[in-house]
Formats: sequence, structure tokens, C-alpha cells
Amino acid sequence: MNKKVRFLQGNEACVEGAIYAGVDFFAGYPITPSTEIAERLSEYLPQRGGKFIQMEDEIASMCAIIGASLTGKKVMTATSGPGFSLKQEAIGYACMAEIPCVIANVQRGGPSTGNPTHVSQGDINQARWGTHGDHSIIALTASNHQDVFKMTVDAFNMAETYRTPVILLFDEVIGHMREKLVIPEEGELEIVDRLRTSVPKDVDYHPYLPREDGRLPMSDFGGEHRYNVTGLFHDMWGFPSNNPKIVNELLRHLVDKIDNNVQAITRYKEHCLEGAEYILVSYGSSARSAIHLAQNRRNKGEKIGVLELQSLWPFPTELVREKCARAKAVLVVEMNMGQVLTQVKAAVDNPDRVFLANRIDGKLITPSDIKRLLRVIQGRGV
Amino acid sequence: MSERIRMVFSGSGGQGVITAAIILAEAAVIYEGKNATQSQSYGAAARGGSTRSDIIISDGEINFPEVTQPNILVCLTEEAYTTYSPIIRPGGTLLTDSRFVQITRKVDARQVELPMYETVMEKIGKPVVFNICVLGALLGLTEILKPESVMAAIADRVPKDFLTMNNRAFDLGLVLGAQFRK
Repeated sequence: MNKKVRFLQGNEACVEGAIYAGVDFFAGYPITPSTEIAERLSEYLPQRGGKFIQMEDEIASMCAIIGASLTGKKVMTATSGPGFSLKQEAIGYACMAEIPCVIANVQRGGPSTGNPTHVSQGDINQARWGTHGDHSIIALTASNHQDVFKMTVDAFNMAETYRTPVILLFDEVIGHMREKLVIPEEGELEIVDRLRTSVPKDVDYHPYLPREDGRLPMSDFGGEHRYNVTGLFHDMWGFPSNNPKIVNELLRHLVDKIDNNVQAITRYKEHCLEGAEYILVSYGSSARSAIHLAQNRRNKGEKIGVLELQSLWPFPTELVREKCARAKAVLVVEMNMGQVLTQVKAAVDNPDRVFLANRIDGKLITPSDIKRLLRVIQGRGV
Repeated sequence: MSERIRMVFSGSGGQGVITAAIILAEAAVIYEGKNATQSQSYGAAARGGSTRSDIIISDGEINFPEVTQPNILVCLTEEAYTTYSPIIRPGGTLLTDSRFVQITRKVDARQVELPMYETVMEKIGKPVVFNICVLGALLGLTEILKPESVMAAIADRVPKDFLTMNNRAFDLGLVLGAQFRK
């Protein structure tokens, strides 16, 4: 038996990715359909010297991982819609204080407690704008377990690289479905470790003074250096400031450090995209139906391709514009009322040729659902 | 296109329908190097509620994980039989347990009715291994996977003290199913 080949749920593939990336600490409050992430980590983390804490609620969980991250640990939490709403205030704090952390949101139907055991992709915009104030954020997604693993590793890497919260936007179908995962060998995937300051003990350390490359080396909180951390606008010492210059520069920095790196952050896959006349833009479990349809129709000679997005924020506007430039029509396949549709329409030269193929009833959108809409757009009737 | 087997296992909560589905799909992936997906409808239903699990096994890539027309349908309750027998792919195989299901419908499929539950109760006396006997019967009846692969997957999942009992249930199923192998 090959120990590296596993048959497991998407939530478990996320855990395997987190372990590969070096997760040390998890705090969370179990919620369907993300519970298996907490469950598996409650088993693994104590075995490898890490810590697992089931907190009293989602806000406390978010605050706990922020604190743990500051002390030098790689941290994550996992939740679904209602819990994701509760975490938003503290996610904003992590954005402002620039604290690396990973938040998995295995999406279910909303708003409110919604449709707990059924699939949805309704939290795309919440991932972007759930917390108040101008900021940028990174959100990654995946349509199969191999990619769930890889995106989880990438999420930890990006959290460290950009000192930011990174959201993993999975969904119920991916979270619960079982399929194959081949765990990469050690060293096969790059792991980004915490960038620590080289400032020695008893020498002034400026926690928010960027290096020349713009990165901010960290010092494990409670260790060699004393410094301040706050959700208020702050100076290079971490002390609160409302000096207009400081406020202006910090806010620009928070947005630019991510938006200026959209190319480095962008993750995507192409399926039958070469010469495609009709392009399906999709992500997560709905991409599986889109790929199924495209491959099927390709075998019958139809020029249908899929652009599968794996990074949703910062939105890969240039990529979408370029890939869709020669398409007769673009169909955005998602399980919400058109959250990525809006972004795609804004990205392409001809937004009138962009259509929505959606399903919002808690069922996975099927290849036939997409095919019916495509036929109408093609003028072929249903 | 590579061969693709689409299956639906259905019954009621507590019969081990989901566990059987996981073991079968796991055997395909771990011991035969194939691709497989296993999914199930989640709800508040547990013991006594109706359950369904979809399994796809293929040498190629599997994208859409749901089964709309199964080649192989297993129904372990009357309710499951009434609900799902109409969706079977023409020419497919429908396996039911004679204790729980009275075959009424005429479907365009090979209907195989086996006394799996009765055999388990008579020879082993423990209903807990009924699902493993069903897996054995399915492997006897069809050539989805090698029986050894499934037995290895069972050994991975079942506590050591119960392995002999599970293997026995699997063998009983194999013999029952083999009589109807095409």
C-alpha cells in the first residue's frame, strides 16, 4: 500500500495541505460543512507538538489564531457562512496589524444559518468586503482534492509572504466528497517560512518599518523585542497615530502590497481553452460540472473551453480579459446570484456577451444545467 | 473513453450503506490505482432515515461526481427500491436484498435478488456485517474490482478483532453473488 495515496474528503485534503505547510496552531468552533477540518486537526496537532483549541465561538477563534501567529506560529481556523460573518471584525484587525493567518470557509447556503448541509458559493463578496474599510485580501479556491491540498499550502505561503489573512473558499461538495489525493514528497512544493527580524536583542526593533523589498520582518511576540500591536492606524513602532501622512501611507501599503502582486498571486487552470468559441468561467465544485461539459462537447467537435479560477481575490482581471478576448460568449458558472459574474463583466471588453449559469437551490449545478443555457445563447434552443 | 462505472448504493441509516460505498471506492483508489469519487446527500437523517451514496470508478479523470443513471444500483430497503429503481441505466444491474425488498417494478435491468441479510444472520448472527456481505455479493456478481482489493480496504478500516467476522461476511456475499455472474 502506497502511504502517499489517500482516499479522503476535501476537508481532510485541506488538513493534509495545512500539515505539509507546517501548521502549528488551530483554534475554531465546529460548523457544518467544515467540521472535519477541526476534527482532523484536533487529532493531528497534539501528536506533532502543535496546539488545537476549541474556542467558545468564532470571534474568539479568530482572535486566538491572531495571537498565536504573533508569537511565531503558523495558524489557521475553519468555518462556514455564519461563522465567517462572526470572524469579520477580527479579520479586519489581522489586515490592519498585518498578521499572517489562514481562514478556511467551506461554503453552505446563506444568508444567516441558511442551508447548512447543502452547497453554495455565496460568500465570494463577503471574503472580499466582509470586514469594513479599504483593504485588500487574498482568497483561493479549488475544484478537486489535489488542488485543495496545493491551494492550502499556497494560502500559508501567501499569508507569510504578504503578512495578511488568506481566505480559502471551499464549498460543501468539495468539503464532503471523497476522492484521491497523492501527498507530495517533502520538498516537492515550496514552503515559505516566517520572515524573522535580524535585529538583535536589546536593539530597537521597528515592527512596521518595511525592508527595501517592502516586506516586514517579524519578531515573535513575547520574545526578544517589546513592541505594540493595534487595530488603529499606527507608526513604524506600532503605536497609534492619526497623522494624515502616516494614515495615508499605511492604507496605501495595505492595499498595494496585495494588488500590486496580482500576477504573482493569480492561480488558474485551463481546460480545452485553446481556440474555444464559448468560454465557461468557473471555480470550486461548479467548475467540475463545467469541465465535464466542455470535455464532453469537445469530443463531439464543439469549441467549448473552461477557465478555472483558483484565486478569486485579488480578482485576476487581466487574465480574464486576455483569455476571453476572442470568445463569442462567456458563461460564468457559479452557485450564487452572480458574484464572480460582476467581476468578469467588468474585466472583458464586451460585457454584453457575458452570461450567468447559476444554481442557488443547494444542489450542485449539473453539466445539463449549463448545457441548456449554452444552447439558448448559441441560438440552438433548449 | 475509458471505462466508467457509476453506482448508487441506497438503503436506510444504520445499514452501513455509506461505509460500504467508502470501502469500495477506497479499494479502487488505493489498491487498483484507479480514480474514484464517493459522495452522499447530507441531511439531518441518521439511523432509520433514507441514505444514498454515489460512487464513480474510472481509469480516467472524474469531474461531475453525481450519478444520474447508475450502471449498478443497490437497494436495501423497499423505499430505496421504489425511489431509485426508475433511474437505472438500461441494461444495468440492480441488486436487492430479498428480506427487505419486494421486487414489484419491471425495469430494463438485470435484477438480482439475494438473501444477503438472512445468510448473515444464519451463519454469523450479527447484522453489523450485512453491508460487507452486500459488497461481497456485488463483487461476486460483477467484475468492478478484484475481491482481494476490497478485502484489503476492509482490513484497513475494520478493528482487528472483527476482521475475521467481516471476511466471513464478504466471502458469504461473494458465493451468493457468483451464482449470478454473467
